[in-house]
Amino acid sequence: MFYRENGQFKTSYAADQEIFTITQDKWFVWGLIAFAALAVPMLVDEYMFRAILIPFLVLSLAALGVNLLVGYCGQITLGAGAFMAIGAYAAYNFMVRIDGMPLIVAMLLGGVSAAAFGIVFGIPSLRVRGLYLAVATLAAQFLCDWAFLRIGWFTNNSSSGSVSVAKLEVLGWIIDSPVEKYLFCLAFVVLFAFIAKNLTRAAIGRQWMAIRDMDVAAEVIGIRPMFAKLSAFAVSSFFVGVAGALWGFVHLGSWEPAAFSVDRSFQLLFMVIIGGMGSVMGSFFGAAFIVILPIFLNQFLPFLGSLFGVTVSTAGVSHAEFIIFGSLIIFFLIVEPHGLARLWSIAKQKLRLWPFPH
Amino acid sequence: MNMTDTNSSSTAAASAPGRRQGEVILDLQNISLRFGGVKALTDISFNIREHEVRAIIGPNGAGKSSMLNVINGVYHPQEGRIMFRGEERKKMEPHVAAQQGIARTFQNIALFKGMSVLDNIMTGRNLRMKCNIFQQALWLGPALREEIAHREKVEEIVDFLEIQHIRKTPVGALPYGLQKRVDLGRALAMEPQILLLDEPMAGMNVEEKQDMCRFILDISDQFGTTIVLIEHDMGVVMDISDRVVVLDYGKKIGDGTPHEVRNNQDVINAYLGSGH
Ligand SMILES: Nc1ncnc2c1ncn2[C@@H]1O[C@H](COP(=O)(O)OP(=O)(O)O)[C@@H](O)[C@H]1O
Ligand SMILES: [Mg+2]
Repeated sequence: MFYRENGQFKTSYAADQEIFTITQDKWFVWGLIAFAALAVPMLVDEYMFRAILIPFLVLSLAALGVNLLVGYCGQITLGAGAFMAIGAYAAYNFMVRIDGMPLIVAMLLGGVSAAAFGIVFGIPSLRVRGLYLAVATLAAQFLCDWAFLRIGWFTNNSSSGSVSVAKLEVLGWIIDSPVEKYLFCLAFVVLFAFIAKNLTRAAIGRQWMAIRDMDVAAEVIGIRPMFAKLSAFAVSSFFVGVAGALWGFVHLGSWEPAAFSVDRSFQLLFMVIIGGMGSVMGSFFGAAFIVILPIFLNQFLPFLGSLFGVTVSTAGVSHAEFIIFGSLIIFFLIVEPHGLARLWSIAKQKLRLWPFPH
Repeated sequence: MNMTDTNSSSTAAASAPGRRQGEVILDLQNISLRFGGVKALTDISFNIREHEVRAIIGPNGAGKSSMLNVINGVYHPQEGRIMFRGEERKKMEPHVAAQQGIARTFQNIALFKGMSVLDNIMTGRNLRMKCNIFQQALWLGPALREEIAHREKVEEIVDFLEIQHIRKTPVGALPYGLQKRVDLGRALAMEPQILLLDEPMAGMNVEEKQDMCRFILDISDQFGTTIVLIEHDMGVVMDISDRVVVLDYGKKIGDGTPHEVRNNQDVINAYLGSGH
């Protein structure tokens, strides 16, 4: 079967508006989900889950949230790490302070708390943009770093400053093995990815993109900039907050404020730039790339060095990592703002015509 | 679309025979607009009647675009009053003007570059889409039905403007003439009562201009939309407008039927005579 839309005629607008307009795309995505849920647990070992797959899934979710704001609505943020922290600490507090609080409800409430703060920290976007907005969101980051470190109430006055969740349980299912943690994260990520896809092709997504592309024209056709921007901040922060709760509860288990530092904010922004701004798929590419690259370099560079009789130190590897990230970001910003997702769609475009170019 | 009764009383001298001309819908009184020291508009008064095609002409920098920006709330004049359907209009933001049924196209195309033609036109329907964010997130029932209902409306506009073949193309990839048409489509999707067109034919070849003229006349005839048109091509202005207002250096120097304006000595001196 060739990959193309020829011969796939849409007989209604509903069919034309489906998420995946090419049948093969639909099968590809469902196949991928089935593979991730059924085959992966049988194929990979614990290390793989802990070091690669779980961080990849959680950071994909966070990057997706950042992408909704940065890629779709055109607002910059350097405070994503802070919103992960708000999600994690809020969920933690709902868990420890309310008896019998279900895990999933606590995590969603963590997301809701992040969304509320997202709206507050999004208010500057109504007046300023670009660099000034970046600085305003950075202020949110430093404020949160400080608050979670210094205000004991947030950490339930834990003496070490680190907090942990005793047991992860959903309706009697105790989530403790890496496979179970992976499946738990996967369920969240799949659900949220569909929500993101729906929002971005609905009226609200068009409002975000309209504000991003030409705000004066958007206002002239009746889009309220305040509603569009603040809703993007809210939804984005909700995604990032839930990801933060997953990161703390499921990936780390116990954590300190440093887990959500400004480094994390930059990392998420880089994922979006490298993966592709304004693309749901791109968020996954970006997260995969940034999670896998360091591991790959750790293996590959010493090997490459040994071929030439040079010993590559661990410090050397991490320097190489910075250099590669730096150059890639400059490359994508200048040459291909739509990132890896764009390269992917060009490849598909070629495939669509293959093997008959015309 | 806003249907109109064909017998509405016509008090003004209708130039184009058969064209419906109704009550004054928008009355601009003594409008002055300054940007720092620059006087963009000085003490300008004129009115716009329902269903007419009202042209604004004048040399570059005369203040024509600024006038449209005043009408749809992008600029706020320092002096003057705007009466909308007989009531004084308060200082308002553009999205409020949109809610009142005022749509516009732009001199320098202002499409949403990253979006397809369909999505650009769909944004014009946003004020009429009522589903909340949670319904949209799930994309079931009401949200889906609403999307399809509006999509059908948008397809009508796509057919009307004869752009079926490019409906899924990202607008950034389109040639200039087609972008202008999509810009018009997005404004039409609002089903406006007043449509402001800022040089819709600038930079087009003869054939494209003819198409655009035909669309404008069809909009006026089929939907009864009131049209305010900025245009440099005098032939076009004479052909399709009912009344013309002439601006020069931010001042009004003429107002009347195309025939009256053409024979106005001030206009000839200031504008027609100077080789435009
Ligand atoms: N946003 C603005 N800021 C400063 N000056 C402006 C602005 N918009 C228009 N002007 C000035 O107002 C005058 C009229 O401009 P404009 O309305 O664009 O004229 P036209 O559309 O007739 O060519 C010009 O001198 C222009 O420089
Ligand atoms: Mg102009």
